[in-house]
Parts: sequence; structure tokens; C-alpha cells
Amino acid sequence: MTPALELAVARQIGEFQLDVALRVESGMSVLFGPSGAGKSLTLALIAGLIRPDAGTIAINGQVVTDCARRTYVTTQERRIGMVFQDGLLLPHRSALDNVALAVRQASGRRARRALARSWLERVGAEGFADRPPGSLSGGQRQRVALARGLAGDPALVLLDEPLSALDSAVRRELRTLIRGVIISSGVPAVLVTHDAEEAEELGDVIIAYNHGRVTGTRIVERTVCSEPPPGAPQSNGPV
Amino acid sequence: MTGQVPHAWLNELGIPPWVWSPLSVSLHAAFEATIVVALVGSALGFLLAKGRFPGRDVIETVLSLPMALPPTVVGWYLLTRMGGPGPIRDAEVRLFGHPLNFTFNGIVIAQIIESFPYCLRFSRTAIAGVDPRFEQAARAMGLSGWRTALIVTLPLARRGLAAGVAMAFGRALGDFGATMIVAGSVPMATTMPIALYNAVFYGSHEQAMVLALVQLAVAFAILLGVSRLGKVRAW
Repeated sequence: MTPALELAVARQIGEFQLDVALRVESGMSVLFGPSGAGKSLTLALIAGLIRPDAGTIAINGQVVTDCARRTYVTTQERRIGMVFQDGLLLPHRSALDNVALAVRQASGRRARRALARSWLERVGAEGFADRPPGSLSGGQRQRVALARGLAGDPALVLLDEPLSALDSAVRRELRTLIRGVIISSGVPAVLVTHDAEEAEELGDVIIAYNHGRVTGTRIVERTVCSEPPPGAPQSNGPV
Repeated sequence: MTGQVPHAWLNELGIPPWVWSPLSVSLHAAFEATIVVALVGSALGFLLAKGRFPGRDVIETVLSLPMALPPTVVGWYLLTRMGGPGPIRDAEVRLFGHPLNFTFNGIVIAQIIESFPYCLRFSRTAIAGVDPRFEQAARAMGLSGWRTALIVTLPLARRGLAAGVAMAFGRALGDFGATMIVAGSVPMATTMPIALYNAVFYGSHEQAMVLALVQLAVAFAILLGVSRLGKVRAW
């Protein structure tokens, strides 16, 4: 089976040296480690926002970065979805517009907005589709950001500490939502966190980082639930 | 083009020709100059803010020179380049049928040169001030470079861009030195500042006071507009 993500990259920034190799299959993989370990830098390299000094990155079997062959697929052509720590929703566009702009698979404004609205419904954000991001709470903004990250039919979703700016009650609520929506969408995801509880709750695989290196990988054992998580279609059955 | 517009209704309102004639020339010329400056200045501001190419600082400095130069120096260069023999004058004759010195179009060109740096600097600063993470997010959404510029960068920089255009309009409207040298005070190509100068020169203090008051009101309106632009919310 083609891995969702396969990378082996090195990047030097000042005195910090990142040198990692990863292979991500389906489900949710969590990059876990202390701040400054290189987790977010890895996401930026995967997204093509930064170029590595050496190495290769393949998303869904397609080589998007190959330093030796000078192959660099641009960020917009990588078919990724991204969810940032503070959402980074466009402040001059409505929540719906923010999601609709990310829709790549439908042509025509009406079709894009319809698809965007369905994603907002899946994350429980349909009630504030027409509101500007500035009027939304942190949790509401991250719901919209999650919908935006998934709406473009991505081959891979990257979530960079999406819950770290939220209070603990909202974090707990959104953890369940994020895992439910991503697993039910079937899109492989890589999430960055420095929170051990969050890593355990969200990840199928936890990849530990420290000082720019991968220090260990662990598969999380999950018990089968009798109830599907929020966002999961009923026909998919328990997750 | 002389900048003359039908003024019958202005006469009926009791506004004398010595006010409406230079006012219409000034507004008309400044409007035309500002359209050119807004389009070219914003585009170049974008290029200077986002581009990484050798000579960027030199280009910006050269294009900003009219800000630091006395307007009479700019006017003198325009007069000798546009009026003296050479390829620029030949091009003017080919395009307009005559040299542009002492014409309405000459005023527009002088105002373009004088006001351009304001628009360029404001737009470059506004575009450079946009948080690049929004542009990264847009690229991750699959937006091309052009769409990112149109949908993300320019809307987020809109206040600075609008302020630059307003300042350029104000500068064009208020230009005296360059316009005076390029166009003199030819009838139907006399701007408000030149009309005021003429009124003072010929001892018409009452006219000078009215012309100064009108310019004061226009400048006040522009600055009020700029300050309101700074307070406009995205929503």
C-alpha cells in the first residue's frame, strides 16, 4: 500500500538541525515532543512552505520534494489541507467564503459554496457560516479552519497545534470532533502537539520528537466504541 | 484636452469662473494623474514589497526622488525633457500632435511624477505589512500566486493602499512648483495653486482668500477621508 506520506529530510536553521525520516499510513499520526523539537518545521517542509537542505518528500506516492533532482512541487499543487494554530482564517471573508476558497474539486461558485456549507455542517459550524472570523470564538474559528483544511479534497491534512490556543473545556470538545471528522473523512492526517494527553487521544500513531530527531514511534491501542464519534457518518459504523 | 467642463450650473450657483475654472482643471488633472499613479504605483509597490531582485532598493530610491527634490527641480527636468529636442519630445508630437509643455496633459504628467512616490511608498509598506502566514494559508488552500495576491494580500493591505491613493491625489491637487514650470499659467490650464499665486501676485487679496479657503476645504476633506479609511472595519 502506498504510504500517505514518506519523507527523509534534513534542514539546518541557525544552530538547530532537523534530520528526520517518517512514513505515515492512513489515520491520524501525531508528531509529539517539546517546543523547539522540529515538529512544526517538519509540517512546513511537508507543505512546501520551506525547502529542505537535503532529502525527499512523497505525498500519496507523488514525489513533491527531491533535493537531489531539484524537484519542488509548489504548496498550492501539493493537494494538502492545513489547519494552523490560530486558524489563520481570512479576516475579510465570511466563514463560508473561507471554506469555499479551499474547495478545488468543484467548479462554479454555487457548487463550491454548497460543498463548503456541507463541510461546515460536518464540523458543527453551519450556524455561523455567514459571520466574519473576527466575531467567532477560538473554538468556532478552529471548527471553520478544520472544515477549510478538509474541503479541498486533500491527499493529506496537516494540523499544526490546532488546539493549543484554546481553553481546556473547548480543547476536550474539539479533540473528539477533530478525530471523528478526520477518521470519517478517510483523509490521512499529521498533527503536531506537545500535549501528551492530546497525543494519546487523537493519534493512531505517535511519533516522538526531540532535538530535531525522531526518538520513537508507538501505535496507540484503541478500544472499539459503541457510539460513532461526532462527525462520523452513521453508515461507517463504530470507529 | 483643456480640462474644461460645462459650467453653466456653477455660474447659476453664483460660483465665479475664477474659482470654478482653476478648480475644475485641478480636480480633473489630479483625477487623471491619480488613476495612473494608483494603478502603476500599487503594482510597483507590490513588486517592491514581494520581489527579491538585485537593484530593488535603487529602483525604489529613484522612483521616490520627487519626494525629496524641490518640485521646481522636477519641473525643470520635465520642461527640458518634454520641451527640448529629443526622443521624448518626438514621442509627444507623435502621440498628441504637439509638445506637452504648457498644456493640460503637461500638468497631468507633472502631477503623476510628483504624486507617484506617495502611492508607491504607502502601497509598498501596506503590502509588506500583511502577515505572510495568511498568504501561506492561501497557498495551502491551493490558491495560485495571482489569486493569493488578489484575494488575500491586496484586500488585507486595502487601507494602506487607499491611504496612498488619497495622499497621491492630495499631492497632485496641491502641486505648485512642477506644474508652474511645466504649464505656467496658460488660460484653461491653470490649477488652483497657480490661480492663488496669480491672485497674490496681482494684489487680488479677496480672490486669494477665497481660493485658499477652497483649497483648505478640499485638503480637509482628503485628510478626513484618509483618517476614516484607517478606521474602516473589514466587516
